[in-house]
Amino acid sequence: MKKKAFRAALPYTLPICVAFLFLGMSYGFLMRSKGFSFVYPMCMSLFIYAGSMEFVTVDLLLSAFHPFSAFLLALMVNARYLFYGIPMLKRYKNCGWKKVFLIFGMCDEVFSINCTVNPPEDVDKGWFMLFVTWLGQLYWVSGATLGALLGYVIHFDTKGIEFIMTALFWVMFLNQWEDKKGHLPALVGLGGSFLCLFIFGSQNFMLPAMVLIVLCFTALRGSMIPEVEQ
Amino acid sequence: MTVMQSIITILAVALGTMLTRFLPFVVFPDSKNPPQFITYLGTVFPYAVIGLLVAYSLKDFVGTGSHGIPEILAILFITAVHRWKKNMLLSISAGTVLYMFFVQAVF
Repeated sequence: MKKKAFRAALPYTLPICVAFLFLGMSYGFLMRSKGFSFVYPMCMSLFIYAGSMEFVTVDLLLSAFHPFSAFLLALMVNARYLFYGIPMLKRYKNCGWKKVFLIFGMCDEVFSINCTVNPPEDVDKGWFMLFVTWLGQLYWVSGATLGALLGYVIHFDTKGIEFIMTALFWVMFLNQWEDKKGHLPALVGLGGSFLCLFIFGSQNFMLPAMVLIVLCFTALRGSMIPEVEQ
Repeated sequence: MTVMQSIITILAVALGTMLTRFLPFVVFPDSKNPPQFITYLGTVFPYAVIGLLVAYSLKDFVGTGSHGIPEILAILFITAVHRWKKNMLLSISAGTVLYMFFVQAVF
């Protein structure tokens, strides 16, 4: 059962593998270049496990000691995860002990797969989602650690590799688009997010975008529900 | 910062991050049925949040020198390849390679 779930999960995680190894390595390399031992990126990627926040934490570690403001900053930078939990309430239901790991490792990329992919009928969904989650975390921690260990030795031009994340999300979007009943909510999400990105700028658009999406869904509740539950 | 202070800072950041991930599941545990409005949001969010992630992953490209042209071209290319072959890994790698070629050699 586990083997089957692993085989089903692995191909979905390959783009994450490429992206996380490169991004993790650049993160590990950054920490080494600021004078931290490789133990730091290894532990931080394991315990914080939220890409952008780990980059921010590098600066926090180099400035004065303010643990409470570090805590608040993490809450704000990662507020989007509050949002992710809602569609996952049902999906992670009845997963028993796995649920703790599924929630702990719910980064953007893992979320985009666990939220949209329905594994084949004969594959255990809980194990499928757990393998997606664990593989994602394994790639990230390995990337960060390798980057810190090898960063000085290896250097190659990977400009633009970050785009693999956009490509992954966009393909997930296209897959969802096959499902006609989701067109309206998908357009609300895409349109509302880009609108807020242009109005509020890259640093501040996530919260307004989430508020706008919730407002649209509240206003369109009557017309959205029959569309989704057909 | 001392090592102890670093560890406390890392733990504070980890705690903040985990709070955002665990809170919805703590507020609406398996044993309790969430309010109807939350269930409704749960059915429409998956479609919307992927759109949000697309914007999130593009946020640092917007406003750079090339006006988003390489990004738009790469996204159109991914759409075409994905329509044609319906192969996730092929679409993703083809789009990323094209994008890297654009930013390294063209734009």
